[in-house]
Amino acid sequence: MTLFDQKPAVLITGASRGLGRALLGELARAGSRVVGVARDADAMARAATELAAQGFEAHGLGGDIGDKRDIHRIAGAAAALVGPIDVLVHNASTLGPTPLPLLLDTACEDFEHTLQVNLIGPFRLTKALAGHMLLTGSGLVVHVSSDAATSAYPGWGAYGVSKAALDHLGRIWAAELAGSGVRFLSIDPGEMDTDMHRAALPEADRATLAAPREVAERIVRLLARSAELPSGARFEAARLEAA
Amino acid sequence: MTPAHQPRAVRSSGKLLHVDLAASRIEHRSPRDLPGLLDPGDLLVFNDAATLPASLAGRARGEPIELRLVARELDGSWRVVAFGEGDFRVPTERRPPPPRLDVGARIDLGALSATVERVLPPSPRLLRVRFDAEGSELWARLYRAGRPVQYSYVSTPLELWDVQTAYASVPWAAEAPSAGHPFDAALLLALRRRGVELATVTHAAGLSSTGDPVLDAALPLDERSSVPPRTAGALSHVKAEGKRVIAVGTSVVRALEGRALEHAGRVLPGESSTTLRIGPGYRRRVVDGLFTGMHEPTESHHALLAAFASRPLLDRAVAQARAAAYLGHEFGDACLLL
Repeated sequence: MTLFDQKPAVLITGASRGLGRALLGELARAGSRVVGVARDADAMARAATELAAQGFEAHGLGGDIGDKRDIHRIAGAAAALVGPIDVLVHNASTLGPTPLPLLLDTACEDFEHTLQVNLIGPFRLTKALAGHMLLTGSGLVVHVSSDAATSAYPGWGAYGVSKAALDHLGRIWAAELAGSGVRFLSIDPGEMDTDMHRAALPEADRATLAAPREVAERIVRLLARSAELPSGARFEAARLEAA
Repeated sequence: MTPAHQPRAVRSSGKLLHVDLAASRIEHRSPRDLPGLLDPGDLLVFNDAATLPASLAGRARGEPIELRLVARELDGSWRVVAFGEGDFRVPTERRPPPPRLDVGARIDLGALSATVERVLPPSPRLLRVRFDAEGSELWARLYRAGRPVQYSYVSTPLELWDVQTAYASVPWAAEAPSAGHPFDAALLLALRRRGVELATVTHAAGLSSTGDPVLDAALPLDERSSVPPRTAGALSHVKAEGKRVIAVGTSVVRALEGRALEHAGRVLPGESSTTLRIGPGYRRRVVDGLFTGMHEPTESHHALLAAFASRPLLDRAVAQARAAAYLGHEFGDACLLL
């Protein structure tokens, strides 16, 4: 019995490019009915249409996780399209301003915006969706984390703080809902060849970076056996078994 | 009863009037006492429908108009009620009628537009329309164009998050299944710890008021509901064990009793529509108790309560609720008939 046997309804944020788009594809291929959300509604629609053309059930919605007015719109529209959401993947995030400034040089408003998108948005969306999971006694919420959540890298202040808080948010959700059937996992995908990585570290040697698709495959294999994993646990994709 | 004017900051903080059906006794409680009023093995059934952004403002034939969604039909069209100029601040019965809308009429709703496909009995204001988008495009635009339906006793415009229950999922309800508002996560967890079983149906609760006396008299119109296999299983298990089934909201009573009537008293999983009207003398097949909002004897929901309790007991309950300043309507206090 794996997570995908029952064709779960999965909602993934930040799914128009990078790891989110790769996860959208891999989760659909694994048997999920997927809904992706991204600020760029056209790019999101293209990503979903491409999967639908291959015979998968995939839908795209425009929406900004950092905007509180969008949260219930996303939750409602997603459930209208695929039914009650079984799995929620919080992948959307922002680095904040680039080139990455020192914290002392970070505008307070930029710091606040990073927390809105990376922390408060996921909190709001989980709040909108996990109540139903609690009522039915089953559901999975995945937070995409970063090694910046555990290591204090100069220049990664706002992002690192938001990801550390996101990890802790997952642990507290897990503690409060222990035994309820609603489960939480946090996954550090590692360094990947994405637009976000280029914006953060333009000089990085791309040959040393993982392909988002390969990381998405590892994550989906982990999620398949998520029922055996302790709720609240954190995983590093680089240490997971390759597909 | 005084209506509540706004949503509660803490869902479970209101009052609960317990009408003990066996003892004909009335007690003042809190929703947080509910786990103690139920037995392990009892089953609470919730309507998990999310509330639609069902109020759409626009123009038709050069005049301002408001469409209120009633229900989505299986063919993707929508049943709607049209209102003339104004918004929720004007009581529905004082709203002017919309311009006459014939088949083929176009309605411009900002992010969306709609075409009238049929004018439905019993009122020229009850229409079947089709929007100019479908799938994710329709839902994205509907959520941009619409607001929750609300009534004039709530003074400030409601946001979508104000009207959702804590466990809302698929957007089927034209108005909030408001009996569920007092249930927060802490209460749901406390019920589970007590051994109370929780299950869901999805019921497309329609509008409670249209301002058109002919149409209001026909309410509730037929409403669609869906019973998940897990809920059907829980119902037969609970019945076999001799435990009780408690509906959270009158819409759940309609959904379960309507479904049971189709299959000789058994609730099978699946989707169907019900026109069932429940009132005094109705013999319940499935539901043993009801957790609901405070309803006045003049409201249509109140007739349904008479299928649970005698008229004198209900009259006493209303008198006690008034004396203790219970609040009515969708953000008001609660009542347990069990």
